[in-house]
Amino acid sequence: MEYEAVIGLEVHVQLKTQSKMFTRARCAYGEAPNTLTNPVVMALPGALPVMNKEAIRKTVQVGLMLGCEIAQSCKWDRKNYFYPDSPKNYQISQYDQPICDGGFVEIEMPGPSRNVMGEHRKVKLTRIHLEEDVGKLTHYDGESLVDYNRAGRPLIEIVSEPDLFSADEAFAYLTSLRTHLLYLGVSDCDMEKGQLRCDANISVRPKGQKELGVKVEIKNLNSISGVRNGITYEIKRQIALCQKGEGASIVQETRSWDADKGITFSMRSKEMAHDYRYFPDPDLMPVRVSEEIKKTLADALPERPFAKQERFMKEYNLPYTITSVLCPDKALSDYFESAVKAHNNPKAIANFIANDLLRELSNAGCDMAHPLEGCKIQPEALAELAKLVDEGMISKQIAQDVLVIMFETGDAPEKIVEEKGLKQSSDTGELESICSEVIANNPKPVQEFKDGKDTAINALKGQVMKATKGKANPKMVDDILRKLLS
Amino acid sequence: MTTMTEHLFYKTATELSALLEKKEITSVELTKAFIERTKATDDSVKAFLSYDEADALAQAEASDKRRAEGKPLSALDGVPVSLKDNMAVTGQPHTCASKILEHYVSPYDAHITEQLKKAGVVLWGRLNLDEFAMGSSTENSAFQTTANPWDLERIPGGSSGGSAASLAAGQTPLSLGSDTGGSIRQPASLCGIVGMKPTYGLISRYGLAAFASSLDQIGPFAHTIKDVALLLGIIAGHDRRDSTSYKTEIPNYVEALESKKGPWTIGVPKEYFGEGLDPEVKASVEKAIAFYKDQGCTIKEVSIPKLDLALPTYYIIATAEASSNLARYDGIRYTHRSEDTKNAIDVYFKSREEGFSEEVKRRIILGTYVLSSGYYDAYYLKAQKVRTLIREDFMKAFESCDVLITPTTPTTAFKRGEKSADPLQMYLSDIYTISVNLSGLPGLSLPCGYSSEGLPIGLQLIGKPYEEAELLSIAHAFESAHDYSAKHPEL
Repeated sequence: MEYEAVIGLEVHVQLKTQSKMFTRARCAYGEAPNTLTNPVVMALPGALPVMNKEAIRKTVQVGLMLGCEIAQSCKWDRKNYFYPDSPKNYQISQYDQPICDGGFVEIEMPGPSRNVMGEHRKVKLTRIHLEEDVGKLTHYDGESLVDYNRAGRPLIEIVSEPDLFSADEAFAYLTSLRTHLLYLGVSDCDMEKGQLRCDANISVRPKGQKELGVKVEIKNLNSISGVRNGITYEIKRQIALCQKGEGASIVQETRSWDADKGITFSMRSKEMAHDYRYFPDPDLMPVRVSEEIKKTLADALPERPFAKQERFMKEYNLPYTITSVLCPDKALSDYFESAVKAHNNPKAIANFIANDLLRELSNAGCDMAHPLEGCKIQPEALAELAKLVDEGMISKQIAQDVLVIMFETGDAPEKIVEEKGLKQSSDTGELESICSEVIANNPKPVQEFKDGKDTAINALKGQVMKATKGKANPKMVDDILRKLLS
Repeated sequence: MTTMTEHLFYKTATELSALLEKKEITSVELTKAFIERTKATDDSVKAFLSYDEADALAQAEASDKRRAEGKPLSALDGVPVSLKDNMAVTGQPHTCASKILEHYVSPYDAHITEQLKKAGVVLWGRLNLDEFAMGSSTENSAFQTTANPWDLERIPGGSSGGSAASLAAGQTPLSLGSDTGGSIRQPASLCGIVGMKPTYGLISRYGLAAFASSLDQIGPFAHTIKDVALLLGIIAGHDRRDSTSYKTEIPNYVEALESKKGPWTIGVPKEYFGEGLDPEVKASVEKAIAFYKDQGCTIKEVSIPKLDLALPTYYIIATAEASSNLARYDGIRYTHRSEDTKNAIDVYFKSREEGFSEEVKRRIILGTYVLSSGYYDAYYLKAQKVRTLIREDFMKAFESCDVLITPTTPTTAFKRGEKSADPLQMYLSDIYTISVNLSGLPGLSLPCGYSSEGLPIGLQLIGKPYEEAELLSIAHAFESAHDYSAKHPEL
């Protein structure tokens, strides 16, 4: 029998706010343990929570971006359980009235080849709610230490419907969700820093069957590849059991992904599931989310990533491959559009960004969440560089070298061209004598060209460019060579 | 100076303020008087869990300096105020009368502490209470049992028993307590002083160790209504750190006392005068009602039909919230930690086993039960609905009344140990006060007589939300025409 997997993802995302969810303690990374705390974070006797409006605004933005229904008021509940990373031993969360209801994430499946856009599909969401993060435990032999710096950070939980059917789809979902959140700027979504965490609910069923199989929750999928590998493993494990006729041994439980061993193992069974004793938090009043705020936030939403990609292909006539480099990064696509505004050659500019600029940024070890941060080349300068090529001032090849210098120094392209004497040579007399010399020294390609092999001229052109250190105007070199050889 | 000092400790805060203002006495002198009085009487009263003489005197010296420079921070600059040991003061113990917080010292100030410091008062001692404010007799303190100064064999009421007893014993001229189901009004009544629970939201709870968040409210104890008005004016007002703190203009409560003169329509809810009410208490309260009638007030019988549901409703909501609020006392960060632990579960179980008393455990278990899945709708959700109905009863009564008048407690102070074995009997001593917390209303207790045994009897006045000024004026009218507040126990 053939089986199919059904997957739902629960994604936790830390919101990027100045202060914590329910107090003014600062949010930051990499600080000394237990320094980002105060009486509220430490849950001292008498400390009380006060909600962070910015976090609510950001959550509403996410909901609007993902087509959710936004609740009229924001209500808080206590989720009660004892764990040393939770200072109050309850987490302030939202139980029966999440801020965002429904919605979807548009995903793109892999296309038939790298150059062809894949199929798009809308993955349904159940809800998005806001809560507070917990601290971090570190275990040494026999001792456990806890750092409350992370405790109390605003955290949203985005819950999908069981609407994903393969590890690839789950991966596409997570990638697209991340892109949408990055577009909004509500989080940096760095999985290594724990800013984005993902749990998966997985079941399998015979293909064609409607009812869902027994659900297993997988935790500790701590990287994007972990999500793909963990889900792939778990699906295989469950299907293998079914095919052996041992489907009944799949029980509702929580399993953990061990990335080193490449397996999932059981953490706790359903019988050990918590009774969280949810009840409305009496310390916090429900807060109205006004239509006015919703409208203001809706009006300020950025263009959605896939809409932008489609527009780039149409408006700028860019190939799919290059738009799939530019569009997942809002800053990069904005950068592109600013440059195009300064000099209307989208294709050249897109190539400079996708090939040259990104390579330099990557070599310089930039933060891939914000590759352009600290980039010394302003979009206008890049446009200027493209313009110099288009005006015949420098060759494309030289332009690539100029870009490297621009990247290092931040100097204007004209200044670099001027200082380094890179201006393209268009002196016909000088070029003619170099061309004649090259023809005299390279009888083989000359003969081939004369025998009708047109591409043989490229070898000669290359020699001319080498002799002129790339400064020769390629169009002129071509003309002169052809004239001399005819 | 000796006679002067003797007189000092039973003077009202208003009188002390005048003496300081006229420079007839210094804050250091009067602080010393209260220190001496405390030392002389607290072996028998046991109202204080701790105090720091040197610190109090240093505060008094600073106050005298301000007064000498003609820059007092408020009328109460230099007047001692003592706090129930569940309110945070930087550098002071904050035990909540619990072993689990026995060695905890607060690193921060409660909102009321900040307000008091801004007013220049001398923060005097830390007052005893039922552990985490759970109780009605102060017998549930993990450290000591406070005595009623009127009869040392009797309890002072609770949970703010230390706050009430210290005032009645002349150990402090002002104190603060907290009231979740009657914990200010009941001990005030049993100790023959004035105690007020303001409207929920009038005073920030920031820095008050929570028992039941939706019911807890801080309030003042004093010898007179005027003193209560003075202290209330300092601690009331919005605080952004408490989301349940109400944004409202704070009137000058002292000035309002004289400006509002009635005649008022006074409601008498019949359910408060039924079975279980001591005849002597009943007679005193009826005399008070007659007084208001003589003054030209309209006396109107009203009904709070759901009153009989208040006690069960209260014990579901209060324990549910407490079970969650007290989860933070876990042995991990700042509380007592059991030494006999092998793992995290041990730390929780054993630290809490050793750190909490029987009554606290009883309430945590009850609260955990009513919130458990499958029971939530039957208990907690239903209790919340009944709570709304009780409040509606009150709001209906207030459509035709300015204030409601009731006894504060069914009986005068009972003997130590009399009810501690029977939690239900103990819970019933709050029967007249609990519904006021459930409804979020302001209520106060003031002396209205003495029993044949010489024990104080209290009168409860219940006001409309945020109408504290009116409530105090009505109480002030009664107090000014009687001398109950001038009577003190002999110690």
